[in-house]
Amino acid sequence: MIYALVAGVLFGLYFSLVGIGLNLVFGVMRIVNLAHGDMLMLGAFIALGVVGIAGVDPLFAVPLAFVVFVLAGLLLYWVLVPRLQGSANPEMLSIILFFGLSQVIEAVTTIFAGTSERSIQSRLLGSVFTTIKVKWFGSKAGRAGPIEIFGQSFPAPWVIAAVTSLIVIALVYLYLYHTRLGTLTRAVMSRRDEALATGIDVDRVSAAAFGIGLGIAAVAGVFAPFMFGSITPAFGADATVTSFAIVVLGSLGNPLGTALGGIVYGLCYMLVQTYLSSWADLLPYVLLIVILLLRPSGLLGRRVRVA
Amino acid sequence: MPSAASKHLLFILAPLVVVFALLPGVYQNHLLLFNFVIFLILAQGVNIIYGFTGYLPFGYVGFFGAGAYGFAIMVMHLQWPAVLAVLVGGVVAVLLGLLLTPLLRLSGAYFAIANLAASLAVLHFVANPALEGITKGPYGVSLTGTFNPTHAYYAAVVVMGLTVGAVVYLKNSAFGLALQAVREDAVSASMAGVNIVKMRVIAWLASALIAGLAGGIYAWYVSVFYPDNVFSGEFSIFAIVFALFGGVATITGPIVGVIILYGIYNLIGFTTPQYFQLIYGLLIMGLVLFLPAGLVSLATRRGWNVP
Repeated sequence: MIYALVAGVLFGLYFSLVGIGLNLVFGVMRIVNLAHGDMLMLGAFIALGVVGIAGVDPLFAVPLAFVVFVLAGLLLYWVLVPRLQGSANPEMLSIILFFGLSQVIEAVTTIFAGTSERSIQSRLLGSVFTTIKVKWFGSKAGRAGPIEIFGQSFPAPWVIAAVTSLIVIALVYLYLYHTRLGTLTRAVMSRRDEALATGIDVDRVSAAAFGIGLGIAAVAGVFAPFMFGSITPAFGADATVTSFAIVVLGSLGNPLGTALGGIVYGLCYMLVQTYLSSWADLLPYVLLIVILLLRPSGLLGRRVRVA
Repeated sequence: MPSAASKHLLFILAPLVVVFALLPGVYQNHLLLFNFVIFLILAQGVNIIYGFTGYLPFGYVGFFGAGAYGFAIMVMHLQWPAVLAVLVGGVVAVLLGLLLTPLLRLSGAYFAIANLAASLAVLHFVANPALEGITKGPYGVSLTGTFNPTHAYYAAVVVMGLTVGAVVYLKNSAFGLALQAVREDAVSASMAGVNIVKMRVIAWLASALIAGLAGGIYAWYVSVFYPDNVFSGEFSIFAIVFALFGGVATITGPIVGVIILYGIYNLIGFTTPQYFQLIYGLLIMGLVLFLPAGLVSLATRRGWNVP
């Protein structure tokens, strides 16, 4: 029981990281990024590349993935979004546009990487900490074994992913509530028209949010091979559905609600895995529908229901 | 305008039905023809709900699968004749549609996501090992007793005719006009005396019925299938993309979309799926960015009236 709860929180934190980028993009631009899961998948491939080429700790892939995807996001934003916003129904068309994008990404990755499953040895993650301990503090090089919490042991990558997620969520919080650009971002989220009318450069704010959203998705992707065992180019689509479940649980358009949504989802996921019953698969979807109908704004959020 | 309606019936519906009724005599690949007919039905079903009411049914396959399983259960447990069982498939889909009517309260992307979750929930419900006695769970059903591809093919052509007829009716009737008014501006439409809820529910159930019938016929035709086959998300996505590619809220749009895109799919999709996926994704993106109203809008822009 304790094992399931702690593992649920660990996974939940990671799931929040998975969802938060999607939510940021939706909140600011009202654009449904169906290619979100594919960004995750690409992030995972960056991790694979870092391990394969440089042979170092995949943690180094985190800043790399973030920077690369922020830049890619900005580029993508300028190419796609202005045309989309000019059309009659951007929210609907964005679903289809990003579905197309996800198809392209999946196809290109398949062409270059093949369809085989790939994984990274889990002991590579976090090896930088052991090295630092050995080099700077002169302690003995121990095996990077499982980490103990409340007398239960958990694989080290889970803990590292959860801690990273916590840091990233804290950074998103700082960005949104303690920087000027973040304040502007929240203004655009709550009322796009009025933000535009008060002279906020909505385009710049949206581009920043889009870039950061994709960057966070890629960071989450770096840990995907450890959390889910292995990855394939086709992994993106599943990841997108999961992210949606998490984001809607929290609330669409409120990035911090996603943290809560992620933990709720993680706990459910783990409890279900522990007390496995044949009805377990239904749970996330039923939960999603019930929440959409009863509290469509999510656990924390504003009203969105119409008619 | 009865004259326009009869013209549409004469010049679009009649040739389409005749061509597909005669093709099996000329062309040997009957499975391919059957798939064309099924996608024509599904694309028009999506057209009814998305084109005329603006609700994007991301989990449209839920109705299709429900129809297939309605058919399978009738045949397996009650030994009903296939034609009656197909009708039961339609009824099952309508019942599922009734169960899901509360989803229509959600707007935009929320509806699309909830619908997707609903279809996945139905999939996991049907594939549940605990229901093996009724649905055979994840192990699939085999209905060799009713296997008769020729009859199933003609049944599909009949349903396609009825579906296109329904779209012709929507295009030429006050009811269809009222639906489009609701899509454009629900508040104004309701002030003009349109019963919004009733209109939406009728369109929703009609498109559910169509998908259910298509699912029943599909089950009849293939006779051996697994839950993952008939609930495959590809059905929803293909149907949506085909409909959009041609142009929704028109009669010819979805037909053109299916013939062109599914044609391309069959030309290159089987040998090199990843290149098809790439082309397909690029096509979708280009479509949304440059032709959001579909291929048919190329003609309407020039002032030609395309039904």
